[in-house]
Amino acid sequence: MQKIPVIEFNNFGYQYNAQAEPTLSGVDLTIYKGEKVLIAGPSGSGKSTLAHCINGLIPFSYIGEITGSLKINGKETKDMSLFEISKTVGTVLQDSDAQFVGLTVAEDIAFAMENDCTPHEAMLQRVQQAAKEVNVLDVLAHAPHELSGGQKQRVSLAGVLVDDVSVLLFDEPLANLDPATGKAAIELIDDIHKRTEATIVIIEHRIEDVLHRDVDRIILVNEGRIVADMRPDELLCSSLLGDNGLREPLYITALKYAGVQLTEDMCPASMDKMQLSDEMRSQVQSWFRATPPAPEKQKGEELLKADGIRFAYPNGKETLCGIDFELRRGELMCIVGRNGAGKSTFSKVICGFEKPQGGVLYLNGEDIASLTIKERAEHIGYVMQNPNQMISKNMIAEEVGLALTLDGMEPEAIQQKVFDTLKICGLYPFRNWPVSALSFGQKKRVTVASILAMGPDIIILDEPTAGQDFRHYTEIMEFLLELNRQGVTIVMITHDMHLMLEYASRAAVFADGRIIADDSPARLLTDGDIISRASLKETSLFTLAVMCGITEPREFVQRFIDHDREVRQR
Amino acid sequence: MTNLFNYIPRSSIVHKLTGATKLAALLLLTFASMTSFDTRLLGGMVIFAFAMFGVSKIKLKEVAPVLWFTFVFMVLNNLLIYAFSPEEGVAIYGSRTEICHLFGMYYITWEQLFYQLNVVLKYLVMIPLVLLFVSTTNPSEFAASLNRIGVSYKIAFSVALAMRYIPDVQREYHDISLSLQARGVEMTDKEKLLKRIKNVTTILFPLIMTSMQKIEVISNAMELRSFGKEKKRTWYAARPFRKADYAVIAGSVLVVLLSVGLTFLNGGRFYNPFI
Amino acid sequence: MWKINVKTIVAIGIGAALFFVLGRFVAIPSPVPNVTICIQYGLLAFMAALFGPIAGCLIGLIGHFLIDLSWGWGVWWSWVIASACFGFVVGLLGNRTRLAFGQFGKKGAINFNLAQAIAHAGAWIVIAPVLDILIYQEPANKVFIQGGVSALSNIITTAIVGTLLCFAWAKAVPDKGSLKKEN
Ligand SMILES: Nc1ncnc2c1ncn2[C@@H]1O[C@H](COP(=O)(O)OP(=O)(O)OP(=O)(O)O)[C@@H](O)[C@H]1O
Ligand SMILES: Nc1ncnc2c1ncn2[C@@H]1O[C@H](COP(=O)(O)OP(=O)(O)OP(=O)(O)O)[C@@H](O)[C@H]1O
Ligand SMILES: [Mg+2]
Ligand SMILES: [Mg+2]
Repeated sequence: MQKIPVIEFNNFGYQYNAQAEPTLSGVDLTIYKGEKVLIAGPSGSGKSTLAHCINGLIPFSYIGEITGSLKINGKETKDMSLFEISKTVGTVLQDSDAQFVGLTVAEDIAFAMENDCTPHEAMLQRVQQAAKEVNVLDVLAHAPHELSGGQKQRVSLAGVLVDDVSVLLFDEPLANLDPATGKAAIELIDDIHKRTEATIVIIEHRIEDVLHRDVDRIILVNEGRIVADMRPDELLCSSLLGDNGLREPLYITALKYAGVQLTEDMCPASMDKMQLSDEMRSQVQSWFRATPPAPEKQKGEELLKADGIRFAYPNGKETLCGIDFELRRGELMCIVGRNGAGKSTFSKVICGFEKPQGGVLYLNGEDIASLTIKERAEHIGYVMQNPNQMISKNMIAEEVGLALTLDGMEPEAIQQKVFDTLKICGLYPFRNWPVSALSFGQKKRVTVASILAMGPDIIILDEPTAGQDFRHYTEIMEFLLELNRQGVTIVMITHDMHLMLEYASRAAVFADGRIIADDSPARLLTDGDIISRASLKETSLFTLAVMCGITEPREFVQRFIDHDREVRQR
Repeated sequence: MTNLFNYIPRSSIVHKLTGATKLAALLLLTFASMTSFDTRLLGGMVIFAFAMFGVSKIKLKEVAPVLWFTFVFMVLNNLLIYAFSPEEGVAIYGSRTEICHLFGMYYITWEQLFYQLNVVLKYLVMIPLVLLFVSTTNPSEFAASLNRIGVSYKIAFSVALAMRYIPDVQREYHDISLSLQARGVEMTDKEKLLKRIKNVTTILFPLIMTSMQKIEVISNAMELRSFGKEKKRTWYAARPFRKADYAVIAGSVLVVLLSVGLTFLNGGRFYNPFI
Repeated sequence: MWKINVKTIVAIGIGAALFFVLGRFVAIPSPVPNVTICIQYGLLAFMAALFGPIAGCLIGLIGHFLIDLSWGWGVWWSWVIASACFGFVVGLLGNRTRLAFGQFGKKGAINFNLAQAIAHAGAWIVIAPVLDILIYQEPANKVFIQGGVSALSNIITTAIVGTLLCFAWAKAVPDKGSLKKEN
């Protein structure tokens, strides 16, 4: 069949009028009917801006100036209306909380139809139908805060599906989803693609996860320009991903380390289809044997201990049912588990934000039930998921110094401490900037700094790298690693299996209010049972190892991680 | 905080009425009770309102806390009224039948008692009506109802938005205040008034910042789903009118007319037994 | 100033939600019975100055109305309406455009506080009491004294909360050039 263009960028450029330079420039891109393309690129490269152009928010909602042309179904978007465009292009925003405007699931799915004055009966059965497609039928009457992250996203998808659009646009659909839910989301998108033959555009920097199902093309954006537009196989054989500060699928990196010469005809884009010759296998094996195992870290003394912690929110069922947990000095560990498993709640209990209904918390062997939030905070710092919820001052220095100021320390001492902290966090150059001028990743570090300034022994970080590209990710993590070397004990709550593999010496797995496993990441991520119960995801490295007939795949995973980190630190 | 407006789902005649009807009735009856001071009418309405509780299968004890709260408020207010002008009733009814003398300028007169009885009755009409409305009307139906009784759908929807985001804002406020306490901001009642106000402001700032970003994203999301495209819009939560609905509205209108009529008969808003 | 686009609608919704949470859960009791220190008016003044009279009016109306509903006592129309008027007047007099572009200096502060003082006075010393008298026939001296007290306490709290918020906001909004340094 010959290809019909749906979206045509022609030497297109865009500049927000708050910006000094154009955010997009010289974009030439054509997306054809029924295609499924992935747009990837580092943070701030202009992906969302590109999306805003496609769904009409630019020019109709943002002020700025356009150069060149953008046609949708052969019509200039400039000459269309936002409503007209939204009948062709359906958008699922990254922030499913903001997209969820209805009081209940059903109402939210119906939202677009309500606005089109769809008669009541038609609406009812269309909602049923859409809800069935993404299977949220059983929660139709639920309010948004009664849903898991994954369900919310399915709802926003259903809300778009109701007016059968011909283009579906997803901006970072995987952010904040646990691995299995993310996988399910990708599969759902793929099924819908197959069923409706709609054109699908996915913006995401978790490339390996998206490639779980085939995509036709990957488009790389960097600094507002398109740097690559090719088939996945082709792209993975090149070094473009790495060059643009994006993460390759791990198995690809492994193959490259092993010195395997990747070619398109071995279709590296999908693990299932990938062809490995015997001599490639032996290459991998010999690399494995050649790489030395990393030395075991010795354990510090016990620092924090939770004994049968139980907790339920006022409105109902038990969120934590008997958590036993221990943390040793100098550790860097992860807490993982599906959305809604109780990870954040547990950290809130530790910090005294919530009072447990049962169980005891020991810090250095002493029961801390009697300590106030502030007193605990001097030992245990909690960095919330959303930095905007923690930053309460305008100036970075003020923000970091807040706790000290309230302690009534004298100004010189405060300034000294603040500057030292800022240096550790690599924020010293910005010390006189307003917080609002920082990127998300930098804000995150400001909040870490403000906690650090209080000199806690333990820092708990809730999803430290959510929505960060590979560069910022490495930045933040190396910085945390440095802190850890200086003796700070670090606990990270995360959905990022790579992060856990790379940095954690140990991980506790939460499932429905319990800890179901506590072991080394490499072992956890190769244990099928745990993986399915906590909706984690098996790492592709493991699969690769098995493919190459390596007898101790766990060890392979471990060695790859150690080697990879060394390479990147050089 | 799932059920802020303590909606109590049951199957009763009152529940079956559309939200629009109940809202209209609430407003009309409220209006009637506000304009009139005719003791007979008010008394009648009080009896009616409390009777409705039975009909709607809502038990009084399910709303007891609120009732208590209001009761205290009512008593306080009445004491205030008496303290400020013990002769209000006399002025209104133009006669003075003294019962006893307390002290100084404070006498107890039938007129004052009767006047304050009317004030009490006014509350007593309002309270059960509002309680009835909130406990028998599904919040989802609220915006649709406003739109139905003539409020522009955009404004009606902003009410829905408010209800949608109240729990979120509440949770956020909670989290922010905790994370600030962890850094040494005292939120306890020990603090002095001014200090407490300052602290609340410290919480407000991050709250506002996040809310402003929310406003941006939400309005985009809504426009992308063609909100504001048509002159009007339909509502998923809306329900069709039935006979009972028309009957109730007609009834409420009658009550309003009655109250207006009585105002003319009494030659004023007051029904005066002292002549 | 008068047109309401989708953004204004959302601002009204979120604003009302904020107003509600502050008014319902953060009320600080004051020495005078039936009168609490209302932080929410600081927020309302800020939002009104930012989004204009219509938003201000509706945020006050909806927010206060929902608060009364959720308490379950009768809807106290006289005070609900007063809140709405307050929001409206501040939106009208508060210098909106410049705050929206992140400018709020000494002049702005004076202008803002004059606006809120006038609005509070109007709302609590004129509108609320008069309505109370009309609707509930309450004794004049009582309602006027109550109104006076609330007006005073509200003016003070708004002066603190509202002004701080405006300054904070103005500082946080990036100026035209400032986005250059970023990334
Ligand atoms: N509303 C706006 N006004 C001014 N500048 C903006 C606006 N939105 C984005 N920008 C700027 O445009 C650039 C690209 O932003 P964009 O959100 O498209 O990046 P992105 O690729 O989506 O990043 P991420 O992966 O973090 O979402 C950034 O420098 C950002 O500061
Ligand atoms: N303030 C609250 N009130 C009532 N229920 C809550 C509250 N906060 C969380 N919950 C519920 O408690 C459960 C655990 O929430 P929690 O945030 O701890 O999960 P989580 O493991 O952090 O999930 P995620 O990985 O998505 O952050 C969820 O079902 C959530 O809906
Ligand atoms: Mg983006
Ligand atoms: Mg969480």
